[in-house]
Amino acid sequence: MTSTIDSGVAGPPPLKDDKLFADQDFRTSRRTSAAERPRVRTGGVSTELVTHVASAGLGALALVWLVYERLVPVTGTIGFWLVWYAVFIVMLAAVSATTLDRMAVTDRVVGALVTTAGMVMVSALAGIVVFTFVRGKGALSHSNFFHETMAYYGPDAGLDKGGIYAAMVGTFEMVAISMVISVPLGIATAVYLSEVRGRIARVVRVVVEAMTAVPTIVAGLFIYSMLIIELGQERSGFAASLALSVSMIPVVTTTAEVVLRLVPNGLREASLALGTTQWQTVRRVVLPTARPGLVTAVLLGVARIIGETSPVLLVAGSTNELNYDPFHGPQISLPLFVFTGMRQPLDVAISRAFGAGIVLLTLVVIFFALARIIGGRAPGHTSRRQQRRFARNARALTTTPGEQP
Amino acid sequence: MTTDTASDETRVDLDIDATTTIPQLTAGAPATLVAREVSAWFGNHQVLDNVDLTMAAGQVTALIGPSGCGKSTFLRILNRMHELVPGASLAGEILLDGQDIYDLDRRPIESRRRIGMVFQKANPFPTMSVHDNVLAGLRLTGRKTPGKNGAAELVERSLRSAGLWEEVKARLGTPGSSLSGGQQQRLCIARALAVRPDVLLMDEPCSALDPTSTRRVEETIRSIAGEVTVVIVTHNMQQAQRVSDNCAFFLAAEGQPGYIVEQGPTGELFENPRDERTSDYVNGRFG
Repeated sequence: MTSTIDSGVAGPPPLKDDKLFADQDFRTSRRTSAAERPRVRTGGVSTELVTHVASAGLGALALVWLVYERLVPVTGTIGFWLVWYAVFIVMLAAVSATTLDRMAVTDRVVGALVTTAGMVMVSALAGIVVFTFVRGKGALSHSNFFHETMAYYGPDAGLDKGGIYAAMVGTFEMVAISMVISVPLGIATAVYLSEVRGRIARVVRVVVEAMTAVPTIVAGLFIYSMLIIELGQERSGFAASLALSVSMIPVVTTTAEVVLRLVPNGLREASLALGTTQWQTVRRVVLPTARPGLVTAVLLGVARIIGETSPVLLVAGSTNELNYDPFHGPQISLPLFVFTGMRQPLDVAISRAFGAGIVLLTLVVIFFALARIIGGRAPGHTSRRQQRRFARNARALTTTPGEQP
Repeated sequence: MTTDTASDETRVDLDIDATTTIPQLTAGAPATLVAREVSAWFGNHQVLDNVDLTMAAGQVTALIGPSGCGKSTFLRILNRMHELVPGASLAGEILLDGQDIYDLDRRPIESRRRIGMVFQKANPFPTMSVHDNVLAGLRLTGRKTPGKNGAAELVERSLRSAGLWEEVKARLGTPGSSLSGGQQQRLCIARALAVRPDVLLMDEPCSALDPTSTRRVEETIRSIAGEVTVVIVTHNMQQAQRVSDNCAFFLAAEGQPGYIVEQGPTGELFENPRDERTSDYVNGRFG
């Protein structure tokens, strides 16, 4: 309560009952300060849990080994570990039942299953990354991999010749053009869906949601038959960007719409009650408040298309030449480079493909990290940049004479 | 009851604020608002029936009554916020200095610029500083603030009128959402006052505030009355008595539209109600 009137006008009158505070002073001076005191451990791993899990795991291992190696004539590593896991869960339940009641046993078994699911997910992802890195590091260790192209080398050229430069240029240009097309269109559609509403908006939303499920190869076929066959355009990175936009727009739109809906309605009403038009409210209040989330929407859209292969193969063709011009002539992208490299029965080509895969993975990771950093906050949260801006304004305002005659 | 005891303790510093308020904030004179035979619907459900009420210029009119009797709906009709709810409709007319704000030739935004509103939940713009929040009404509508000093002057005057200046003058650049709940609500009042409205509508502005902040908002209302016509919805009988000159008591039977049972000077309505239901309500026997 005091904080609201803690203003420098005048302090609140002292409370009559000072005993309470005197007592607190006494306590804080006599006892050790809070920072030094040991914290009570809550939710830690108990020794009992460790014993139970370890004994169930070892017991299951011994039993399954006995069955597999001595009793039943079956073999196979995967089968072995699957059987081991099933036996482990049963044993864990049995061991736990010696000290716990039925509900606690269920709790522990479900805990074990869920933890396993999480670990399987993480290890699968780690496996993909590590495997790609191990297979591709030969290519990555040569710097020519990043700034040369395959124009003058065959697929059997050594790793110290040629590289993915053309593919990086292609990916960069295609993603950039897709963003230029998809971001304004996607966010404008989201604004329409969340701010205008009405019956037509509902139809549009259904269409947009259906678009998220359109396979990219179909989008590629559509652009191919329309632009290249019907209209007679040549294959180009631009055509690929159009196909990629078909996938990117619905992702941007649906995410942005969710974000715009999270903007409290009170802010819209506050703005309208000041006599603004709806457009002024959207531009000056709704969009700025939702900005971090909108950045996330854009980055999720980019992450969705950056690894697409099939539409690029269909409409941008594939080339070893370096082509800076996205509007004329075929271009290659990183995923397409991976695809073509993998089809060669040559260790060097496959190594290069894995190298390109690592670069692609890194790009996706960078995009997701950016999305988390810029947009991982609730709407209305002030970013560090905004806080700096506020601080700057505050200094500017307080240095000018505040008091008016 | 807690409101009274807590606010007594803080009266000392509140009075300082009240005396430093710079008069004549609004450019034009406060306007009289007249509601004539106003009825309202959400879809097919009627929520207000034939409400007639005159809100005198420069006075504070309190709308009281139990929940769900259409007070807030009536308030939102007064500056055309009601029509923003899908399916909402109304009948009757609202005269602002004799002109119907629902006239087809008048755009809603013109009426809303002259009739400001403060909401139940404080809603400062989170992307703007305290300073920018006060100026939001001008900046959002694309109007120029009169020079650099003019803006500073307007910010100070509005914040002083809302009784917030002393507390925030050292941190005008911090985000509006960094203030305490009571300060945020007074910031919203300052924001509404900065566009110099003729009428200020307040929809239970203190329902989410602690007694001290409530007291300060009430001080603010008293100090701006005279410069601007105030219409306030409140559930708090004592608050209605403390701040308002006139009072209107709304009531609605179960499932029926709300209507005004009794209206008149606040003192009369509380001391000497003509209707038995009013007497029961203001004395806390129901609602």
